[in-house]
Amino acid sequence: MDWAIFSFLAADALQNGTIYALLALSLVLVFAVTRVILVPLGEFLVYAPLTYVWFLPPEVSGLNLRGQIPGTAWLAAAMLAGWAFLERKSLRRAGLLALGSLGVLGLAWWGAQGVPLWLGWFLAVLVVLPIGPASYRLFFEPAKNASVLTYLIIAVGLHFAFMGLGLVFFGPEQFRLPAVWSGQTQVGLVPINNQAFLVYGFAFLSALGLYLFFSRSIYGKALRACAVNRYGARLSGISPSQAGYVSFSIATLIACVSGMLLAPLISPAYFQGFLLGLKGFVAGILGGLVSYPLAALGALLVGAMESWAAFQASAYKDAIVFALLLPILFWRSLRSQELGEEE
Amino acid sequence: MNILEVENLSVRYGAVEAVRGLSLRVAEGEAITLIGPNGAGKSSTLKGILGLVQASGTVHYLGETLSRRTPEMLAAVGLVMVPEKRELFASMAVEDNLLLGAFPRFQRRERGIREDLEWVYSLFPRLLERRRQLAGTMSGGEQQMLAIGRALMARPKLLLLDEPSLGLAPLIVQEIFRILGELKARGVTILLVEQNARMALKLADRGYVLEAGELVMEGRGSELLYDPRVIESYLGIRTREAAGG
Ligand SMILES: Nc1ncnc2c1ncn2[C@@H]1O[C@H](COP(=O)(O)OP(=O)(O)O)[C@@H](O)[C@H]1O
Ligand SMILES: [Mg+2]
Repeated sequence: MDWAIFSFLAADALQNGTIYALLALSLVLVFAVTRVILVPLGEFLVYAPLTYVWFLPPEVSGLNLRGQIPGTAWLAAAMLAGWAFLERKSLRRAGLLALGSLGVLGLAWWGAQGVPLWLGWFLAVLVVLPIGPASYRLFFEPAKNASVLTYLIIAVGLHFAFMGLGLVFFGPEQFRLPAVWSGQTQVGLVPINNQAFLVYGFAFLSALGLYLFFSRSIYGKALRACAVNRYGARLSGISPSQAGYVSFSIATLIACVSGMLLAPLISPAYFQGFLLGLKGFVAGILGGLVSYPLAALGALLVGAMESWAAFQASAYKDAIVFALLLPILFWRSLRSQELGEEE
Repeated sequence: MNILEVENLSVRYGAVEAVRGLSLRVAEGEAITLIGPNGAGKSSTLKGILGLVQASGTVHYLGETLSRRTPEMLAAVGLVMVPEKRELFASMAVEDNLLLGAFPRFQRRERGIREDLEWVYSLFPRLLERRRQLAGTMSGGEQQMLAIGRALMARPKLLLLDEPSLGLAPLIVQEIFRILGELKARGVTILLVEQNARMALKLADRGYVLEAGELVMEGRGSELLYDPRVIESYLGIRTREAAGG
């Protein structure tokens, strides 16, 4: 392997690893606060850019979708309406949620009428975003105090449902999206897509933002408190279910924006979320789903493994990455025995 | 005015009825104690009041009937418990633990939180020394002080304490009770659950004695302290316990 190839692989590894890191951070956040392993996070990641395709002018997307409201908007609106129904005892909250449900449809309708690219970009994120916290309210909150396994089963079910809906909403094909920042920049031997720099920038800002949120803001500290000691948090007046909404919302926001930034580089389709999410999960497992720095490190490792494998044995690229899970899980199970039962 | 009125409270876990038809009241400014042997149902009573376990009966707090209640909801309105096992945020700094005790007040954008932090530090100078340390690295006594301090940060209208002396060395227990006395003098209303009957009854204005889930006696703290039945069954037990470690 010469230097040029190595540089190419390294650039590739960094780009993918950064996305896995963002997903891993989100998964760790959600798991720490709610004990839910958010398998459908990858679906949220592809939903946002696929929704954006519906808001693109025909000359950009090459499709004639003018005036069609994307299926994700109906889904988000339906889930918000379901949420409003569950909150029917509090008229104010139910009213706000019903309003939100109509609002999502309104935004999607607006986007479908033809809007500037940048506006469509934000509308796509806004339309998909409610699906995250609404999933928490509709599917996880009712199973309060369930075991990690029960939550995992629900999460896997949701993943299949959202992936299937993705196929219904967007069809099987991959879509080409315009880059927010087009062109390439030569770094050493490697030409890097400018769009990739946006991914790095967003990853850096997210990590910094989360760090400041968790270390400075009382709300961030409350989220940590819920993760550290749920019972203690409740006694201090911190509601674990509110913490659940916040963590699901942050995770969904990170996934949506990651997806929007990554999309021009990968030409998204409905089925791509799962593999991305799973690799984020492998990275998160490296940190035991509790440590943010280890998860980020794991993500870069997964990215590196993947591009190395793609070069050496491209047909087995994904298999090799998932084979990484076995030694990691083995090592972690040894370690958790050393530490004894924590809780 | 009664801050808390509990009527006919019963708590059961499957076939076990841990509390049967318990009624008690706490007036503003009072220090009340609920004493009884291990397994009598003291913790279950507090958990039933807070809505942590299924309970029948009625709970009135500040004149309102609390039908569906959760501890997070009650902490926000000043009914705060210091639990048996302290339940601190072990991997977070001491000061963060204290600030989180005031979380509902931050949400309401209340003023005076910083001043209360200073006040808690003045009550527990040890916490000030260790404010940057992780809560889980402190000694048992310090952790108990932190648990009380965290509850005080909520500006409780009624402070529930579940055996704050449990597992602590006698000197530390005295220190804890000295602080409780100081809180009482400052007008904090207290409902203290204890096995350490002697110290609890000395502190309290009134006391209730719980046995096998039922109230068997109630009276002024000083009366119970010299009641022959209490002396025989509780103040005796303490010496036996101390001997057994
Ligand atoms: N979660 C539980 N499940 C079943 N039984 C319980 C549970 N908690 C307490 N008990 C039982 O209820 C009774 C009262 O317990 P508890 O309220 O903890 O007493 P105390 O605090 O006075 O020591 C005991 O017999 C105990 O075994
Ligand atoms: Mg107890």
